[in-house]
Amino acid sequence: MTWTAVIVASVACYGLKLAGLALPERWLQNQRVQRTVALIPIALLAALIAIGTFATGRHLVLDVRVAALGVAIVAVLLRAPFLVVVAAACATAALLRLF
Amino acid sequence: MAPPAAPAEATRPILRDALGIAVASGAYAIAFGAISTAAGLTLPQTLVMSSVMFTGASQFAMVGVIGGGGSVWAGAFTAVLLGTRNAFYSLRLASLLQVRGRLRPLAAQFVLDETTAMAIARDDPRLGRYAFWATGVALFTFWNTGTLLGALATQAISDPKVFGLDAAVPAAFLALLAPRLRAREPFAIAVVAAVVAIAVLPFVPAGVPLLIVAVLVGLFGLLRP
Repeated sequence: MTWTAVIVASVACYGLKLAGLALPERWLQNQRVQRTVALIPIALLAALIAIGTFATGRHLVLDVRVAALGVAIVAVLLRAPFLVVVAAACATAALLRLF
Repeated sequence: MAPPAAPAEATRPILRDALGIAVASGAYAIAFGAISTAAGLTLPQTLVMSSVMFTGASQFAMVGVIGGGGSVWAGAFTAVLLGTRNAFYSLRLASLLQVRGRLRPLAAQFVLDETTAMAIARDDPRLGRYAFWATGVALFTFWNTGTLLGALATQAISDPKVFGLDAAVPAAFLALLAPRLRAREPFAIAVVAAVVAIAVLPFVPAGVPLLIVAVLVGLFGLLRP
């Protein structure tokens, strides 16, 4: 099951890249479609952040992950490089779990 | 590989930038390999995602949904939705790259945020093509190497939570999202999307809140005047 989903999603993502090179240009040139495509990652990434921080399965919980996200936000505002942002969040969660 | 018919003094800085991008994304791939393994995906599954899917946000989304208890299909759907923007990148690159025949499937795999940005930043189309291929090859190499390292390192850990790896996913998404939030409208959309996802979460199966957010933002984008 996991294998099927991994392969289907991987091939579909590759197909999307190929489509732009292979399809006639006018197919994807609609302004509304282009604008919508730009908005999708913003909404999905924001939703993924919220779910990854506040959800355990279908339950909403407040735990050390909230503090970890807070530290990550500070790191991003300080323009820290990617790995520093992630490592700071991990370290915050790991340290708070020790106490 | 496409023969880069461009002068060496012009290609050297491009090569340097391409390598810089690739090294940074290699670090990012280490995080992906770690999160994917912590989410329960096997090493081969993780490697297939990095080599075939080869688009960061989609990969993180898929393993994020699975790790969060969502179904693999909800993860797959979210990954594909996040991959739609690549179709528009390749559309934009088609006239610049002018790839035909056997090179086209290879060029397609290299279409990403980073390669597009590098390619369209050049005035000379030869340099644009050079930047595309250089960035694509370097990124692919570092991305897959980083994935392998991250996955192997995480396999050696018994409980990923002890190292706070569950906090890595939101932080990784935050780092991806932040550069897109400079204007007021994207910021508002991000806040609403997060609130909607949390609000519906207790009432629907895991993974479905993302689909609801995707449908809502799709309708908003298409129906807004």
